[in-house]
Amino acid sequence: MYAQMIKTARSGVKTRDEMTDQERAFQDKIDNDIKIEPRDWMPDDYRATLIRQIGQHAHSEVVGQLPEGNWITRAPTLERKAILLAKVQDEAGHGLYLYSAAETLGESRDELVRLLHEGRMKYSSIFNYPTLNWADIGAVGWLVDGAAIVNQVALQRTSYGPYSRAMIKICKEESFHARQGYHAIMKMAFGSPEQKRQAQDAVNRLWFPAIMMFGPNDSESTHSEQSMAWKIKVKSNDELRQQFVDQTIPQIEYLGLDLPDPGIRWNEERGHYDFSDPDWSEFFDVIKGNGPCNVDRMTARRKAWDDGEWVRDGLLAHAQKKSARTAAE
Amino acid sequence: MTRDEALFDFLLRLGDNTLILGHRVSEWCGHAPVLEEDIALANTALDMIGQTQMWLGLAAEVEGKGRDADTLAFLRDAWDFRNLLLVEMPNGDFGQTLMRQFLFDAFHSVLLGRLMTSSDERVAAIAAKASKEVAYHLERSADTVVGLGDGTEESHARMQAALDYLWPYVGEMFRADAVDAEMVAAGIAPDPAGLREEFDGITTRVLSEATLEIPASSFGHKGGKDGSFHTEHLGHLLCSMQWLQRAYPGCEW
Amino acid sequence: MSNEWPLWEVFIRGQHGLSHRHVGSLHAPDADMAIKNARDVYTRRNEGVSIWVVEARHIAATAPGEKGPLFEPSESKVYRHPTFFDIPDEVGHM
Repeated sequence: MYAQMIKTARSGVKTRDEMTDQERAFQDKIDNDIKIEPRDWMPDDYRATLIRQIGQHAHSEVVGQLPEGNWITRAPTLERKAILLAKVQDEAGHGLYLYSAAETLGESRDELVRLLHEGRMKYSSIFNYPTLNWADIGAVGWLVDGAAIVNQVALQRTSYGPYSRAMIKICKEESFHARQGYHAIMKMAFGSPEQKRQAQDAVNRLWFPAIMMFGPNDSESTHSEQSMAWKIKVKSNDELRQQFVDQTIPQIEYLGLDLPDPGIRWNEERGHYDFSDPDWSEFFDVIKGNGPCNVDRMTARRKAWDDGEWVRDGLLAHAQKKSARTAAE
Repeated sequence: MTRDEALFDFLLRLGDNTLILGHRVSEWCGHAPVLEEDIALANTALDMIGQTQMWLGLAAEVEGKGRDADTLAFLRDAWDFRNLLLVEMPNGDFGQTLMRQFLFDAFHSVLLGRLMTSSDERVAAIAAKASKEVAYHLERSADTVVGLGDGTEESHARMQAALDYLWPYVGEMFRADAVDAEMVAAGIAPDPAGLREEFDGITTRVLSEATLEIPASSFGHKGGKDGSFHTEHLGHLLCSMQWLQRAYPGCEW
Repeated sequence: MSNEWPLWEVFIRGQHGLSHRHVGSLHAPDADMAIKNARDVYTRRNEGVSIWVVEARHIAATAPGEKGPLFEPSESKVYRHPTFFDIPDEVGHM
């Protein structure tokens, strides 16, 4: 989702017999839902996988500022501008909480940022799609944050303490995001014909990218087993995707918009909605860097970082001068 | 000019300052030098948008023609804007943004302090709320100006360049006109010229701590607060800010 | 050499009368800016009335391996808890 396609740092789950005493004690804690804390012993692969997952999650929050930030200066009312700005600001905050969680594993924030900027770490595929009309802002809050919340609620139970606590804090703050998005798109769907057209356009464009956020189908997802055993991942991609689809379709219908996928129908037998598979080749293209906005997003982030270097250095130099002066007194 | 007409204009000045500067600061969202600064800038912008809603809301009420804060913000053209030229100046680099913020915060905090004792209770109430927010803005922008001015060689040079660029827009804050005279007569607002001493006290202290040199020239651009001569920048800002309201008139958002 | 701003741990008093609680961390060049950043990052929703910050490297902590010797011995001191003692109801509230 915000952490898609995380390759677990080893292949295959060890049986209890294959584990060392230390590994067995570690697995017992996880099985008993005892949180792993920063200074506890943990397998190197657990640490490495977590750094990758939390880092990718943090990067997603930060890059995720850009598509919505694209509309802050064009928000149509003062209140919408304030809501959107507060919402995008929250994403920066969430990125900060998550980097902090990764830092407890011994990886610095600057290092994670460097890996992102060098293209060696990824962020969620969804943020490589553009926001083309104002209804997209509603749709991003409602569909994208809605999908993220489904995943993040599950992750509150993740085994690593700092990650779990960050998720709890984030979920608490996110609950306003989906609601403000739906509220914004409601105004569009129930507004003028042009507004309704924008709302429909937004749903049509963002539906499949949103359900791709949960990552490939379980049958294709080769790296999940160990992450599930370690409770780094708590529910499977398909489970989460189905949950999201089930909760979202009635919301689309309420808006009076056409469903974005002709394959959507209620399946009485399963007790769930059926829906079409997204075009996974598009997903893999986006992951590889060929989405509509990959290049622009990374250029913007790198520019912000590079342009900010003199500011970070300047303030640090001042702090050091000040403390040297205090010490001399 | 009746007293209410003057009051309307005066309230537009307050509301347009925070509207335009809030807009400028919000342009940073997602692009700041470090996450903590991104979050802090957004807080400043949010405070200013909130202040805008209050000032323009009151302006619309005083005008009594059925407009509201949003119609005033989104449906006036540049010549009807009454903000200081300073706040419409482009962001430039982070240093220029923070220098502009500091100069405005210093003026704003002094002005709001006086407005808290305005004879118009509505004005006094908004000023009381806003002045708490602005006290924090000033503390933060002043700290940052000091940190960057007295930081590295590069940060010092950039801050001095920002100060040199923006200083000619300071004078306008203290120029009085007929609107101000009417406000003074009604006990609603202070004479702008009387704010200069306190402003100079703040800027001299902070800028000297920042090891920056205040430009010697006292030349000041003018034309923002009476709308007669805005910069070219304002029109572009309004183009994006007002676009949706203009392209799809009469909609609810 | 890394020019990363130091890491600070943030503690916030949520309401008057409560203790400060650890809420998270952030980066800042010095203590003054750390407090301001904490205000901007961690009290966006009216969460606090007082902030403490401490540079993360100054925090000393117990080692997880010493959990046994440090904390288990107190488990057997059941008489330290009020419920250990049966007091007849007639005596009244105590």
